[in-house]
Amino acid sequence: MSNSGLLKSSVARKVAMALSAFFLMIFLLQHFAINITSVFSAGTFNELSHFMGTSAVVQYVFQPILIFGVIFHFVMGFILEIKNRQSREVRYVKYKGGASASWMSRNMILSGLVILAFLGLHFYDFWIPEIKIKFIEGDWTGALTEGGEPIRYFHHLRHKFEDPIRVAIYCVSFVLLALHLLHGFNSAFQSVGANNKYTKALQKFGVAYAILIPLGFVFIALFHHLNH
Amino acid sequence: MKVTLKVWRQKSASDKGKIETYKLDNVSEHMSFLEMMDVLNEQLIGEGKVPVAFDHDCREGICGMCSMHINGEPHGPDRGVTTCQLHMRMFNDGDTIYIEPFRAKGFPVIKDLVVDRTAFDRIQHAGGFVSVPTSGNTQDANAIPIPKPDADKAFDAAACIGCGACVAACKNASAMLFVSAKVSQFSLLPQGKVEAKRRVLHMVEQMDKEGFGNCSNTGACEVECPKGISLENIARMNREYLKASLSSSE
Repeated sequence: MSNSGLLKSSVARKVAMALSAFFLMIFLLQHFAINITSVFSAGTFNELSHFMGTSAVVQYVFQPILIFGVIFHFVMGFILEIKNRQSREVRYVKYKGGASASWMSRNMILSGLVILAFLGLHFYDFWIPEIKIKFIEGDWTGALTEGGEPIRYFHHLRHKFEDPIRVAIYCVSFVLLALHLLHGFNSAFQSVGANNKYTKALQKFGVAYAILIPLGFVFIALFHHLNH
Repeated sequence: MKVTLKVWRQKSASDKGKIETYKLDNVSEHMSFLEMMDVLNEQLIGEGKVPVAFDHDCREGICGMCSMHINGEPHGPDRGVTTCQLHMRMFNDGDTIYIEPFRAKGFPVIKDLVVDRTAFDRIQHAGGFVSVPTSGNTQDANAIPIPKPDADKAFDAAACIGCGACVAACKNASAMLFVSAKVSQFSLLPQGKVEAKRRVLHMVEQMDKEGFGNCSNTGACEVECPKGISLENIARMNREYLKASLSSSE
């Protein structure tokens, strides 16, 4: 079969998209679990951040997998979008997409692009400074102070969330992430063929996940902004 | 009722086509949509103009021939009906109604509102059948025990009339609801299980060759389907495709 190879068929591409989505949703949960500790305990947050930032397994195994997962999800999203647009060369003069499908499901590329732009800012804020310290300056000590003043992890987080514009951008991005997940969570299960007696319960869980996790991130950003 | 019709007119497959406006003054709310189109064509013929070409056959919601995209939706604003079952009472006096052909790369326009849906035939030919031995020893299908839930699901999938509304409704012009219904109606039954792997691989391959888009699971196809074909079939097709890809020698 010329079409049954990896990622050559429409079904295989959707399955691959779903698998990368599962991976990213699990990562998001882990990211939230660590971030929420910053609300309760600066020390715990610093310890967890330090472990994640200096553990060889995390840095050299999980981080490359994560970066691959993120890039794969976005690139495959764009490929699917381009292919889908090509499948209707002449558009309708009148098209009521909203009559039969939700806004979220019809605009995954739009919410995805906002999330991509947000990731650029997020990497600029937190990932690039860490990479610079560790891989360019070669400081793997995780030193939390500079001239006696704390600078890493928790204080860096607080400092970034002083800017109300940055906090607003974060909040809007997480609203778009919630919209993306409201369709994406259950769509991923459908794509891998999971549609059975547990689907209704899973759909409810998906809605809860899609709302609560982004809402939690919004809460963290607002908490640090209001308490800096 | 008085209605203004904005109808897609296209002389041939190579013509660019455009929307033209027609006014009808004496439309009964009891008319079916196709009867209203007949009235329009009588008016056009009376005026010495070329009537609008549109597909129709049984006018009973069975054959799946009528294929218009009406006011932004395949088969119009009513649910669970084909265009021939749509009645003018669904519209209001003075309404402007847009009538377009189904749009998809896999459904090229032949003329006006008529599109070429033979892509569906080619997908069926690729595997949408059961190879029945005709040696004279074929077992009576009624003698094979089939669980009632499986029989019901197979029957529901077989209700697909291949009208193409799923493709027309989908933002990606995906044909997965149609293909999955045809895959499911066989794979759920013992007679179809034998060729299940080959069937799903070949039908999906043909679907992709025809230029239909990917499924984004928006659910628009299920909502607009005149026969209520469920998205559950797409999940089943995805499962079968995965299994077949991993285990088939083809």
